[in-house]
Amino acid sequence: MRHTISVLVENKFGVLSRVSGLFSGRGYNIESLSVGETIDPKISIMTIVTTGDDQIIEQITKQLNKLIDVIKVVDFMEIDHVEREMVLIKVSPRKEDRIEVLKLAEIFRGRIIDSGFSTFTIETTGDEGKINAFIELIKPFGIKEFVRTGKVAIAREKAKK
Amino acid sequence: MKKTGAEILIDCLKKEGVKHVFGYPGGVVLNIFDVLYDEKDVKLILTRHEQGAIHAADGYARASGKIGVAIVTSGPGATNTVTGIANASMDSIPMVVFSGQVPTMLIGNDAFQEADIVGITRPCTKYNYLVKDVKDLAQTVREAFHIASTGRPGPVLIDLPKDVTAGKGDFIWPEHIKIRSYNPTYEGNKWMIKQAAHEIAKAKKPVIMAGGGVILSGASKELRELAEITQVPVTMTLMGLGGFPGTSELSLGMLGMHGTYYANMAVQEADLLIGIGVRFDDRVTGRVASFAPHAKIIHIDIDPTSIKKNLRVDIPIVGDVRHVLKDMLKVIKEDVKEPWDAIRKSWLKQVKAWKQERPLHYTYDEEKIKPQFVIEKLHELTKGDAIIATEVGQNQMWTAQFFKFDKPRTLLTSGGLGTMGYGFPAAIGAQLACPDKLVIDVAGDGSIQMNIQELATAVINKLPVKVAILNNGYLGMVRQWQELFFKERYSHTHLESGNPDFVKVAEAYGAVGLRASKPEEVVPVIKEALKVKNRPVFMDFIVDWKEKVYPMVPAGAAINEMMFDEEKKEEKKLKAVK
Ligand SMILES: Cc1ncc(C[n+]2csc(CCOP(=O)(O)OP(=O)(O)O)c2C)c(N)n1
Repeated sequence: MRHTISVLVENKFGVLSRVSGLFSGRGYNIESLSVGETIDPKISIMTIVTTGDDQIIEQITKQLNKLIDVIKVVDFMEIDHVEREMVLIKVSPRKEDRIEVLKLAEIFRGRIIDSGFSTFTIETTGDEGKINAFIELIKPFGIKEFVRTGKVAIAREKAKK
Repeated sequence: MKKTGAEILIDCLKKEGVKHVFGYPGGVVLNIFDVLYDEKDVKLILTRHEQGAIHAADGYARASGKIGVAIVTSGPGATNTVTGIANASMDSIPMVVFSGQVPTMLIGNDAFQEADIVGITRPCTKYNYLVKDVKDLAQTVREAFHIASTGRPGPVLIDLPKDVTAGKGDFIWPEHIKIRSYNPTYEGNKWMIKQAAHEIAKAKKPVIMAGGGVILSGASKELRELAEITQVPVTMTLMGLGGFPGTSELSLGMLGMHGTYYANMAVQEADLLIGIGVRFDDRVTGRVASFAPHAKIIHIDIDPTSIKKNLRVDIPIVGDVRHVLKDMLKVIKEDVKEPWDAIRKSWLKQVKAWKQERPLHYTYDEEKIKPQFVIEKLHELTKGDAIIATEVGQNQMWTAQFFKFDKPRTLLTSGGLGTMGYGFPAAIGAQLACPDKLVIDVAGDGSIQMNIQELATAVINKLPVKVAILNNGYLGMVRQWQELFFKERYSHTHLESGNPDFVKVAEAYGAVGLRASKPEEVVPVIKEALKVKNRPVFMDFIVDWKEKVYPMVPAGAAINEMMFDEEKKEEKKLKAVK
């Protein structure tokens, strides 16, 4: 099963490698990882997407909890939450397709954040399904480059106790 | 008054009550060593190799229950500690290691003798630090000692750049300490403990399996009480030996790959297995899928990650073993009133039958010294009152089998990592921690050569450590596997032709060297060695090289699929030669 796990950690150097080392050292896979500061600059939050059976996920969360710098671990599998990721896509459509690409971007609430003689760079955010769909639809028009962030996730307010 | 980082460091060690530090100097730790020059309260023990320093600190910790401390230089000094640190980490030994580092402004520049030791040791320490500012030093040392010794203990490393030990600051000792993200659980869940107590009462064929956690948490007394009240037989892992008296009627000795027949049988037949401070290592469980197949499993451990890691568990209890056992005893004494003797009668009878059916066994020989005989004699002549370190290999397993450990902290052995070269420096550390105790390292001729240079450390410090070398001329344990599983193709396990004369080596260092080549020389040599009071002794026992460790569970088999000594039928009784 695929799990999105958020890990609240002390914002110190070396913490990222402790966390990623835990995964690599035990042969667990990280599908995506995103890190950023929280409102408290002494604390960062990591969102990790990983897969494994129940036993592996249990080990992962326990092992994360055991790390000295980890303050809190939340497995979003058990909680109603929202997830987002962002993608930046540089497309170089043929001249006659340019309008089509712009339309598609609009449908997906993408924004053109840069453009050249023959390229657009489109930014869009959304859950994984939306991002995948957008990439699939844009593909035929010629993707020059694209980057995708890891996932970030947050619990829905009503789900909180 | 401002102090240098080095002075602050030593002040911190004094605050922590550190008396002995093991170490080796180098350029970037000179400031520290300079302060140690005039220091009376903290004594530096100079080893001859940094690995020796770490193992010595480890042996010091295991024997005394205090935190082992070491100081080494940057680069090669620091990298030489990695085996020792990994060893301590696997066996959960409280330790603080200080490594020197190049000045902060040179870090990351491939400076002379630079190594990213914080990066290198990240996976094998409980935690590690790089101190970048002298004002953080005292706080860091305080935290490190706290982390090393609480929860599941382990080694913590502090990397100290040269400018931090040279720089000046105020010494402010933080009396109280709180690490927001570090809160080990000591008390077990009361409801679970109650459940467990009732399971013990219900069980027809229960077995307690005690591990190193019993010793680390100081729970031997509670364990003994539990076993004796409820009349449950106790088997121990290698790390658990001494946690329960090996001479007790209820003791099954060690289980696992080289465990006793009766321990392995009992576990496989059990309807309840109570794992206490164990982590169910593969050397213990054999094929996991066939381990304790009929048993409900209760698992008590301070480390939640140990629980359900490789085994299904019915009642998991996270907490310090001593706390949990205390609570469990309370429940048992107050709520669970069973006629214990009566309900255990048939199970204990069965266990006894297994013990009689196949006791630990070897065949005595008139011509050749049997290594097991040496261990038996060591036990007999010391009356079991000794701290025994071991190396790794057959010597380690024979010691575990034939020396009946009755008290905790009397067996120092590399359980998790299996580090050859551990025992001798660990024995040196133990002797410093316990100057009035008899300390013996049981070694193989291979293992002793991994840290033989520490003879100098023992001689200089007048430490009467005894080393019993079971000299079989081979890397015996590997040879055993080659004999059993590789058609006797002894690829690179023969040592005899290159072995030194161990008696002369000892003498060359200023130690005492003794040798026994015949069975009748064993006792006189041990007696002679026991008389030596102010120097280390090497006892070179030329043993039968063919001897193997039995029983043996081949890797990947279930633990009741044991191989036995094929010579059993020719058994001559030991009594005859006494
Ligand atoms: C540092 C290290 N290297 C290699 C091994 C693998 N190993 C395990 S037992 C053994 C043989 C030990 O030989 P010896 O010390 O002579 O003891 P014996 O088995 O003969 O008692 C070896 C090589 C190890 N455990 N540790």
